[in-house]
Amino acid sequence: MAINVKVVERPLEETSYVRATLTGLGKTFKHLIDPHKVTTQYPEERESISPRWRGTHRMLTTEDGKAKCVACGLCPTVCPANCIKLVPGEDEQGNRYPLVFEIDEFRCIFCGYCQEVCPEEAIHLGRHYENSEYSREGFVYDLERLMAQTHPVCEMWDPADPKGE
Amino acid sequence: MSALMLDLPALLQVAADPQQQPNFWPWFIATAVKLLVFFTLYMVVVAYSTLAERKISAWIQGRHGPNRVGPRGYFQPLADGVKNFMKEETLPPHVNKALFLLAPALAFMPAMVTWAVIPFGASWASPWGRIDMVLADLPVGFLFTLAISSLGVYGIVLAGWGSNNKYALLGGLRSSAQMVSYEIAMGMSLIPVLLLAGNVTLRTIVNQQAEMHMWNVLTLSIAFVTFLISAFAETNRLPFDLPEAESELVAGYHTEYSAMKFSLFMIAEYANMVTQSAMIATLFFGGWDIPFMTADNTGAVSGLLVLLSVLIMVAKIFFFVFFYMWIRWTLPRFRYDQLMSLGWKFLLPIALAYIVVVASLTLGLDAMGIKRGFVFGGIFLAVNAVILFTLFSLFDRGRVVSPAYGRLSEDEVARLRAVTAARANLSTQAGD
Repeated sequence: MAINVKVVERPLEETSYVRATLTGLGKTFKHLIDPHKVTTQYPEERESISPRWRGTHRMLTTEDGKAKCVACGLCPTVCPANCIKLVPGEDEQGNRYPLVFEIDEFRCIFCGYCQEVCPEEAIHLGRHYENSEYSREGFVYDLERLMAQTHPVCEMWDPADPKGE
Repeated sequence: MSALMLDLPALLQVAADPQQQPNFWPWFIATAVKLLVFFTLYMVVVAYSTLAERKISAWIQGRHGPNRVGPRGYFQPLADGVKNFMKEETLPPHVNKALFLLAPALAFMPAMVTWAVIPFGASWASPWGRIDMVLADLPVGFLFTLAISSLGVYGIVLAGWGSNNKYALLGGLRSSAQMVSYEIAMGMSLIPVLLLAGNVTLRTIVNQQAEMHMWNVLTLSIAFVTFLISAFAETNRLPFDLPEAESELVAGYHTEYSAMKFSLFMIAEYANMVTQSAMIATLFFGGWDIPFMTADNTGAVSGLLVLLSVLIMVAKIFFFVFFYMWIRWTLPRFRYDQLMSLGWKFLLPIALAYIVVVASLTLGLDAMGIKRGFVFGGIFLAVNAVILFTLFSLFDRGRVVSPAYGRLSEDEVARLRAVTAARANLSTQAGD
């Protein structure tokens, strides 16, 4: 037997089991008839995402359907995760274009530097987050796939309009 | 036998008196139909009560609950059933095979069997004779339910023992202690019902409540409270779910079970819940008696009234199933010592004392020549109100469910402090 146990004389309202039970039943019943369902039913409902959301990349194209990229090499240089692979090529007119342009979405940390650094506004991050593949290799998006993406692109932070208004 | 082999159409002829028992063949067909319909409905209700439980818990907790299978999740029980059939039946090497396999069946059957004697509707005055809305109209139906429902503990105990697993064994142990303790309080709390009805046939108990124009919950409130608490303990539902206390015993007695064997324990739990709800409805809430109506109380009645009475019974059962769930998602689990002290120190003495009260009150009122009716019930109601008020004001002060700290009287505290002081004195002297 523990000695010097502090024995508190509690008022009836605090020790009554029946009162506590009835209060509890009332509370649960209130929740039952008026449930605050706060769960987002994900595949059917989606939370709206910010216009500055940095998700899956997109490569924008010119009017004739070619990638805007001029293979300047800035994005693989600036990429902190080293996830962009770029092999430049040159056509007969001397225009540079990417022979290989691959982004490993699995390595990417979605910092948005590539979009910020791109002089042609070719590579963009997008407002899109649902990526799933059966293999790691599946996450390496090549140029075709980057050009085929249709989701809206990310709006970069504008120092002149910091709140995005 | 040759009499039974007569051609069917002749025997299906209209009987002389619809208040009399029908001939063999109509009786046989009616029983078979009742059996099929009610067993099917019972199983469906049991399956859907799992969904109801998940939905109600979800709503109480501000969630949506299962809503993927079918419209709003209504086919969830089917998916669960399919899943349970497809899953692997594990048979751990260390189990006692015979008991391990026997236990789920033993847990499952009593819940089903009890259901057979519960009357679920007024008798139907059919063209072929009186058809009782009960599967087996046992004259000792009440005793039968008590006897069979106590068999349910064997399934749980054998599951715990046969699993050869310490958590399962603890679960089985707790369950046996709990169910044996509360069985007594339960039986004792039902004696006042018998005293009032003067019979052990469930149908008579329902009729008696109808004749009194007052359900037993009003005339025998104390018995109702003790029975309700014992029924919760008997079905191992929260706040008495110690046998499967997840936070302490993994899953208690069904830790080692998988697939359909596990599912049988779950079905047994919900089946027990439905059966106990039916018992509460029959014994204390007038069974199939339609409130504010006397037309249904006189022998066999028309088909429409029978249907209405069955619906009333179903509504009552559903309410108590809901009540079980409501309680479950409101109250936390009792501690083991609280459980035992509640059962032995409070429910049993109260139930015993109440038998004396009801017996003497019945005897006294009968001696005074008061007819069983509204006045009779009213006097009972008044007495109950007084007792209930006294009980709650006397016992509901942190005594029934003892708090986490030990409750000591002032003298005891003073004595213990003196002992400590004396010990401290002794040790300082020894140190010098």
